[in-house]
Amino acid sequence: MPYIPHTDSDRREMLATIGAQSIDELFREIPEKLRVAPGSLDLPPALDEPRLMAHLWELSKKNVNLADVTCFLGAGVYDRYIPATVGAVISRGEFLTSYTPYQPEASQGYLQAIYEFQTMISEIYGMDLSNASMYDGATSMAEAAIMATGIKHRDKVAVSEAVHPHYRQVLDTYCWSMGIEVITLPAVATGVTDLSAAADAACIILQYPNFFGTIEDLAAQRAACDSSEALMIVVADPVACALLKPPGAFGADIVVGEGQSLGVAMGLGGPMVGLFTCKKSLIRQIPGRIVGKTKEAHGEKPGYVMTLRTREQDIRREKATSNICTNEALMALAATVHMIALGKNGMREVATASVRNTQYAIQQLTAAGAKLHYSGRVFGEFVLELPKDPTVVRDALLEKGILCGLPLGSYYDELKNCLLVAVTELRTKDQIETYASALKEVLA
Amino acid sequence: MNTLSFRTKQMPEPKLIFDRSSAGRVGCNLPKADTPEVDLAAVLGEVREELNLPEVGELELLRHFTNLSHINFGIETGFYPLGSCTMKYNPKINEKTAGLPGFANLHPMQPVETIPGALDVLIGVQDMLCAITGFDEITLQPLAGAHGEMTCLMLIKAYYEARGEGQKRHIVLVPDSAHGTNPASAARCGYDVRPIPTNAEGNTDLEALEKALDDSVAALMLTNPSTLGLFEPNIEKICAMVHAAGGQVFCDGANMNAMVGTTRPGDHGFDCMHLNLHKTFSTPHGGGGPGCGAIGLMKHLEPYLPVPVIRRSEMKVIADYDRPKTIGRVSAFYGQFLMEVRAYTYLRAYGKEKMADISRYAVLNANYVRARLKDVLPPAHDRPCMHECILTAEKYKKENGVRALDISKRLIDYGFHPPTNYFPLIVPECFMIEPTETETKETLDEFCDALIQICHEAVENPDLLHDAPSTQIVGRLDETAAVKNLDVRWWPKS
Ligand SMILES: Cc1ncc(COP(=O)(O)O)c(C=O)c1O
Repeated sequence: MPYIPHTDSDRREMLATIGAQSIDELFREIPEKLRVAPGSLDLPPALDEPRLMAHLWELSKKNVNLADVTCFLGAGVYDRYIPATVGAVISRGEFLTSYTPYQPEASQGYLQAIYEFQTMISEIYGMDLSNASMYDGATSMAEAAIMATGIKHRDKVAVSEAVHPHYRQVLDTYCWSMGIEVITLPAVATGVTDLSAAADAACIILQYPNFFGTIEDLAAQRAACDSSEALMIVVADPVACALLKPPGAFGADIVVGEGQSLGVAMGLGGPMVGLFTCKKSLIRQIPGRIVGKTKEAHGEKPGYVMTLRTREQDIRREKATSNICTNEALMALAATVHMIALGKNGMREVATASVRNTQYAIQQLTAAGAKLHYSGRVFGEFVLELPKDPTVVRDALLEKGILCGLPLGSYYDELKNCLLVAVTELRTKDQIETYASALKEVLA
Repeated sequence: MNTLSFRTKQMPEPKLIFDRSSAGRVGCNLPKADTPEVDLAAVLGEVREELNLPEVGELELLRHFTNLSHINFGIETGFYPLGSCTMKYNPKINEKTAGLPGFANLHPMQPVETIPGALDVLIGVQDMLCAITGFDEITLQPLAGAHGEMTCLMLIKAYYEARGEGQKRHIVLVPDSAHGTNPASAARCGYDVRPIPTNAEGNTDLEALEKALDDSVAALMLTNPSTLGLFEPNIEKICAMVHAAGGQVFCDGANMNAMVGTTRPGDHGFDCMHLNLHKTFSTPHGGGGPGCGAIGLMKHLEPYLPVPVIRRSEMKVIADYDRPKTIGRVSAFYGQFLMEVRAYTYLRAYGKEKMADISRYAVLNANYVRARLKDVLPPAHDRPCMHECILTAEKYKKENGVRALDISKRLIDYGFHPPTNYFPLIVPECFMIEPTETETKETLDEFCDALIQICHEAVENPDLLHDAPSTQIVGRLDETAAVKNLDVRWWPKS
């Protein structure tokens, strides 16, 4: 096995130094009857490298690769362009094969990159500060809600039904296990959330733009939070925030989100990267790692370290702000490279192209016989009402090489005629027109 | 003496990317929209004005990160014996398979009928992990080790709630040697945590355990092999004691590398366990993540599994959401899918014939390091270790004023990543050294020679150690100042 480099003579010499006759002898503290003979497990046979590659290639070919169809599916994971530089950087062994920078002097490269990540994520969300990443957008939101219950000493959280249904399911799971009640706020005809039922919750959680693509009224959320003394939590799309007034500018207390759109492959939804930002006053309550700038103990050179460590599980144990240890550093690095590659203008260009393409798609698809379900403002995604079962439409369009969106019936009973459509910067006028004419045919 | 990296102390520290920015530059040739222009303010309402992101060209961007990579230590830089983290070689073919377009370009919400190959990978990993761990079921939904711990405790909670014992069983027992995520995960599930001491031999204190067990206990979280690198010889008895009191036993599987192909936690009496595929099954650590959690469990916990449950139904593999007793979702989609592709590739490379070599050579390497260092850094316990050895530098602290941390920092000057220090918390001035099976005898010898040399330095010239490292881009950093003068982001100079 090439991954294990020992020769027979290595093994003999090592055993002699240890003073053991055999490797088996080293396992003598494991009760005999709990041991299994090497090679006796029910496993498939070993594959050599070319056979392994061929086998995985075969498996991968069984899937419908979205590069082979035109993707109008979003719902929290987006088909956006990833600059070639992202892959080049994150595949460097120094980054890829390092671990949590417990030894900062030997990890300055990663620590500085994360400091840059924290800066740019804070900037995009308009917030004071960011942590070094969470697992994904859904768990980031659940952590934010739990943080709010600790700060407010209330055991209830309010979340809009226009927040991604999977995120709400994760929130439900986390809250159930901690005995926290979740109340769900309904969406109104414009597609924004009715905030009137949120009284005495520790926080109000909205998504921006929300699951339906609609741009929520964050000023109204701030006012509702002020009147009920709740924390304002926003789940924000970082790409949309390149153009929209950022949640921080509305006075959000905590802003979280999914960073997949920033240079992370869709990869069936994993790994992705959870974003977590907040106001400065809340820094001691936040989960996860934070990188800070400092200087040498006996010198003047600046350097970076993990800081405010006493919040974390390895020091604070059951009193830690969260149980998270390993986070999503590599995906945060991908996002860092991505944000730099696009830069100020590129980020806005991508967002603008998404808006243009989305507006054109709305025009084309409604002309093809679908109706816009909500009347509110949208960024890059919208809900279409179809005169035909959306699942049937989806399957018919997939036959024509178009992944047309997400049928919403399995998430919302009242939206069983509806389809959620996303249009990123990667879609072209041609592709949108092809979708529209194919839809027209299917609906006919 | 090895130098750690291309960039050394003599060179200027790298600039922040923000200090390389120049208005008008862009680092990517972006797609141009060909749809009609729109009035953004009319469509969106308000449009933001400022977006202060850097503006640099592609080559500057690459140089920035290449230079940063030169001041970052990875497994491919050198030996990285960070205990409890299993820093083994991450085979390159795994990166290649995970990058296949038929895996990387999958949307988690595309119809499940269009991803049969992905489901094959997931069920393949599940099947192989069942065989290796001896559990009835595996789920790959958790996103990291701690997330797996939490998921296991949630299953236990749901199990007791279904039996009407949810309120009564509110305590989770955690040994004092346990990793911090164990008590933190228990707290995350609303449990009260009670510590269990470790005895002088390094085993669970059975008397203390017996006393702590009653009908308020939901679970014991046990790490086996323990964080002391020792196999718990009373494991069956411990599981039986907890079961007799009506509780469940969770295994922290961060140390699975000691057991792969040699012994199966499912046979020890555990009810559930978490695995870190980023440790044992070689998915890369990525600088602190992504992790890749998996959990194993026995039949009685199966009804509560998080959704989706990937399982066989007739001739097909399905993603099952029709699970009335499920705890719900713990993550947004299918877990860390591209990491599962890597783990699958790794597992298939070893296969039935060679799987046990992982634990056999991991344990050989750890015992070799232990034997070579025993005169300068005595082991905390006089027993054969498993995949990692725990040594103590207490003597140097007492006699020379040199702490384990100083020795570690000096190791960096010799070109090695230091082992884990100060964990487990119960061993004073502790080194936790986990070489893994993928290191050669020569590398281990060089490492041991360096440590022996450093221990001599500790006696003869302790300041060399206090001032270490001296070869890196920065000297020892002031972590207290970082907390006092918090600076967690760059701000534009106004
Ligand atoms: C013993 C032990 N348990 C649990 C964990 C938590 O795993 P993760 O960091 O993947 O959340 C770790 C590793 O960090 C560990 O060493």
